[in-house]
Amino acid sequence: MENIRNFSIIAHIDHGKSTLADRLIQYTGVCNERNFQDQLLDNMDIERERGITIKSNAISLPYVAKDGKTYILNLIDTPGHVDFSYEVSRSLASCEGVLLLIDAAQGVQAQTLANLYLAMEHNLEIIPVINKIDLPSADIDRVLEEIDSELGLDTDTHIKASAKEGIGIPDILEAIVERIPPPTGSETNPLAALIFDAKYDAYRGTIIHCRIFEGAVKAGDIIRFMYNNATYRVEEVGHFLLQRTKRDRLAAGEVGYIIAGVKTVSDVRTGDTITHQDKPCAQPLPGFKEVKPVVFASIYPIASDDYQDLADSLEKYKLNDASFIYEKDSSAALGQGFRCGFLGLLHLDIVQERIEREYDLSIILSVPSVRYRFTLKDNTVLYVDNPAHYPDQMSIAKGEEPFIRASMMLPERYLGTVMKLCMDKRGVNSNMNYTGPGRVELSYEMPLAEVIFDFYDRFKSVTQGYGSFDYDILDYRESTLVLMDILVNGEKVDALSQIVHRDRARARALIACDRLKDEIPRQMYKIAIQGAIGSEIIARSTISAFRKDVTAKCYGGDISRKRKLLEKQKEGKKRMKMIGSVSIPQSAFLAVLKSDND
Amino acid sequence: MLPGLYIHIPFCLSKCGYCSFYSIASTDLIDEFVQAVILEMGLHGFSQTTFDTNVINFSANNEERPFKSFDTLYLGGGTPSLLSLSQIENIFQAIRNQFEISERAEITMEVNPGDLSLPYLQGLHSLGINRLNIGIQSFDDHILKFLGRRHSSKESSDAIDQARKAGFINLGLDLIYGVSGQDLKSWKNNLHQTLAFEPEHLSCYQLSLETKTPLYRTYLQNRLSMPSENEALDYFMTTSHTLTDSGYDHYEVSNFARTETLRSRHNTKYWRHVPYLGLGPSAHSFDGARRFWNKADVCAYLTDIAGKKIPLEKVEALTSTQMALEALFLGLRTRDGLDLHHYKDLYGVDLPADKKPMIDALIKNKLIELKEGCLRPTLEGMAVADALALI
Repeated sequence: MENIRNFSIIAHIDHGKSTLADRLIQYTGVCNERNFQDQLLDNMDIERERGITIKSNAISLPYVAKDGKTYILNLIDTPGHVDFSYEVSRSLASCEGVLLLIDAAQGVQAQTLANLYLAMEHNLEIIPVINKIDLPSADIDRVLEEIDSELGLDTDTHIKASAKEGIGIPDILEAIVERIPPPTGSETNPLAALIFDAKYDAYRGTIIHCRIFEGAVKAGDIIRFMYNNATYRVEEVGHFLLQRTKRDRLAAGEVGYIIAGVKTVSDVRTGDTITHQDKPCAQPLPGFKEVKPVVFASIYPIASDDYQDLADSLEKYKLNDASFIYEKDSSAALGQGFRCGFLGLLHLDIVQERIEREYDLSIILSVPSVRYRFTLKDNTVLYVDNPAHYPDQMSIAKGEEPFIRASMMLPERYLGTVMKLCMDKRGVNSNMNYTGPGRVELSYEMPLAEVIFDFYDRFKSVTQGYGSFDYDILDYRESTLVLMDILVNGEKVDALSQIVHRDRARARALIACDRLKDEIPRQMYKIAIQGAIGSEIIARSTISAFRKDVTAKCYGGDISRKRKLLEKQKEGKKRMKMIGSVSIPQSAFLAVLKSDND
Repeated sequence: MLPGLYIHIPFCLSKCGYCSFYSIASTDLIDEFVQAVILEMGLHGFSQTTFDTNVINFSANNEERPFKSFDTLYLGGGTPSLLSLSQIENIFQAIRNQFEISERAEITMEVNPGDLSLPYLQGLHSLGINRLNIGIQSFDDHILKFLGRRHSSKESSDAIDQARKAGFINLGLDLIYGVSGQDLKSWKNNLHQTLAFEPEHLSCYQLSLETKTPLYRTYLQNRLSMPSENEALDYFMTTSHTLTDSGYDHYEVSNFARTETLRSRHNTKYWRHVPYLGLGPSAHSFDGARRFWNKADVCAYLTDIAGKKIPLEKVEALTSTQMALEALFLGLRTRDGLDLHHYKDLYGVDLPADKKPMIDALIKNKLIELKEGCLRPTLEGMAVADALALI
């Protein structure tokens, strides 16, 4: 155990996390040049393209240190978005130390700080690394000043590096060995292993990623998940080189995987503790939380023929994403589809993109909703996350919506605009602290509905990326709720219905009408778009008709050319949804979901 | 209705900037071409004994040949009026040798006003040509110059008068509108000038930008303004109203006839899925199930013919879906519209039932009407006929 170091790299976005991980992997020789590609730990195309990490990942790096001994350095990669903050916390809980990466040109940024706090919460050893020192715009003195004043860290502890140029990599590896403490725990204690992720493998079922804190586990053991007391027989354990590599056992301090015939990742809970059935540990490891979806939306195929394909693709997707839930749903306007639950809007975005990309399906999403609570006049309590199930307005005695506590950290200069934003979003009970010179910690209680709608994007934009944001669910609070519908030439488009606060309804309806006006192409007749509460029209917009499109001539019997053009247009039209007599493109549905002020 | 025969004469003295039809600006190969097109008839006609093109497989059996009798004949181009009377006579003689031409066939020739003398016109008339389509385009010399036409408005007037003198009682005049430098008023003037000649048929085409034309390149360089959608609509409506007020039948998007019998019988075949055979470079054919067309290259054409090969560029066997789409978009270009029973019989689609919300909305918005079992575009509907076809 003395020779194990478990660590993670934390950084503000684009400060070079994936590049540093790549360099460490190359330097330690786990990966030869032939197998190398950039962003090795980001397995999914979507991660590489967006430059973000969605799933956690791990790799064990064998390293011969200057002291001549061989160490196993376990690098645990973490996702980087508020939707996945729980996953991040479980990954960090599996480490003893972190590399805190800071861009030499940009200096300390919002996420640098937010991540530092997270690491401190877990009592991790922190090694500041100033990256990109090769840039002409690098200002190392200023960054050192910030490390001292803003992060409150000892500037003597930093390492200068350029992951891109391979500068400083040996120093970083030595620092990991010297400064990050080895794991503690005892192989002879009862097994306690923290699940920090799970992935689905078509041949082996669920691959559980875990950190062993106490005891040891090997093939043949009967293990138990402490959350639901499910038991499984271990088929294989091992650690992560570039691929999974089988081993005889995993013991206290180690990071690796367990395969135990667990069918889907949904049978596994991130943060749960694995122990032995016959010799269990006294209590689970701290910090477990059941992650519940907070955002709900329906997914429909654009072509109703694609329904079965959509069903199959969701089933497959679900195998690898335990936090995603779905059930059948149907809409008068859009036909058969599914009601889905997500951790947040980014999660929703990712699911949508992966379904479209990996399964080649065109889908329409309904407007996302939180889960509301209604008490009816007969005292029945109803939870509604789908506007289609909105109760009869006359029968409602009380409507309630979930509130959260938003915690934000930001430079003082943005305080005014952020407070205004929070108040716009119906924020109450604010709290404010100065955490350092020029830095403010701000909290508000806000309706979750406001936060999921577009708060995060706007917060990032008004703080120019310098603010960090996190939230916890508080409770349900009474609210004046209404159901707002969108009608296109008199036909209700139920995917665009929203449950909203009465005071918000008009503004939301106007936005929806305007966006639809921009996105729905002109058609042969005028299209009226209306926002309504019941029979009361609260907003409207109109799309004028196009009145001339016919080509003058069908050339000298060359009918093929014109036909091919129409065939192409017909293909394009298939990607639109007919609502009554109006074709609505997918982009129109998506535009309604976008944030307020793009 | 019997099939139609089209012969493409791919020669011009100069190329017009807007035109995308295949032709070469040289007359050197006209003789060779005339010989070749006569041989090409042989590949489709009576004299054929074996017929192996690898692609098209017509039966040698006369009874099953799709193209043996025609009741319309159309000489188009290019500039057919560059042919001498004897060249035309040779072509006609060959046609009569190879095919049956109905006694009352419509025989049309496209002519350029600048090429016409009275003796030439009289010659055409005596060869059996009973319909002339004269490429007037405009009575405004500026516009003619802009379009790259080599004739003047004076020559146009003269040509029409001479044609009448030569005995032509069925004249079609081609006009173009929406040309840069023109406005609605001058277009109306043009229409009235044209009406003074009391043509039996009028084709009024909105100038369209065809890729690969010099005009299109000018447009890409931002040196050409095209009418806005509203202006285009104004032109379209004004044209229709002016001509219908003068008693013309607006029977297709761009075509007007003084009476129903004076409609272009040949062009009507294109819109009704009636077969036609096209001879000459780039000419298109349709045999009821397949479309095929010749190479758009005089030299390649001559070489293939010399090798007794039909100079095919491509054969396209139409699926039922493609036929249905064609029937729809072609039918909805015409005032007669689409025969719904016929359409349902052929393609199994009951439009008023299967596309009810759409059809209802179109009727409500006065873009189409259901009459006598036909789906007919209104005038406003004709203006958006391309979109109508996508219902």
